[in-house]
Amino acid sequence: METRRDIFQAIADPTRRAIITLIALQAMTPNAIAEHFDTTRQAVSKHLQILTTCELVTQKQHGREIYYQLEINKMKEIDKWLNQFRKLWQVRFNQLDEVLLINKSKRK
Amino acid sequence: MKPALLFDFIVDKENKTIHIKREFDADLALVWEAWTTAELLDRWWAPAPLRNETKYMDFREGGYWLYTMLNENGERIRLDNEEIWSKWSYIAIADKESFTAKGGFCNESGTMNPAYPQNLWETKFTEANNRVLVTINSTFDKPEDLEQTIEMGFKEGFTMGLRQLEEWLSTLSTLGK
Repeated sequence: METRRDIFQAIADPTRRAIITLIALQAMTPNAIAEHFDTTRQAVSKHLQILTTCELVTQKQHGREIYYQLEINKMKEIDKWLNQFRKLWQVRFNQLDEVLLINKSKRK
Repeated sequence: MKPALLFDFIVDKENKTIHIKREFDADLALVWEAWTTAELLDRWWAPAPLRNETKYMDFREGGYWLYTMLNENGERIRLDNEEIWSKWSYIAIADKESFTAKGGFCNESGTMNPAYPQNLWETKFTEANNRVLVTINSTFDKPEDLEQTIEMGFKEGFTMGLRQLEEWLSTLSTLGK
């Protein structure tokens, strides 16, 4: 089966989330990124590869070095998705909390 | 301070299921009533500013709940110029333990609209530490149905809690600015 790559897979992994957080500050080289992790360079490079396939990060050549930078617009897709659920279920459950609270005090 | 109420929201596309877990700080009898009586359901089921309006409720096996939602002007909500009604048919009920219902969009008389997917809801209630944990498994017939409902391309094995993800996103958006 062909593995589909999308943004949700990209952020499902804690190391990839950490990488994203790092490069949100500034574009970084693979070496600089790898310094922040205990895992091997190869492992980090694999994560970067997945992030690139998911179009969450892009590569930029600066002289001899390749820099990885975050595609902030792609991140907004997650927000869009989250908003649908966050709105519905959080509002719904918070409302239920209220209903429960009111009815609890009524019964006492 | 009491620990925060647990809230998990997991989409499992492979199994065409959405898992939701939420704790409530009340006793079982009241939480059960809030999920199974029209009077209480109408007070929380519609996300504000919408208001829920029950037309019919018969909470027993073979019975159903038929409702719509009203907007801020008190008008029934519409999609493609048609009123949106929902119907949940109760399949199995174990008093104060669980209920299973099949639901989807319909018209005012309760005839299901085949243009929209239906899903199966299993809702369980368990008491622990003076709280009630409600666990929902919502299963769709086809993966496309789940997709249609949540309007997104989702990935198998994505199991991050919603709250955790939100926190991370807000950290990130601060950094990105």
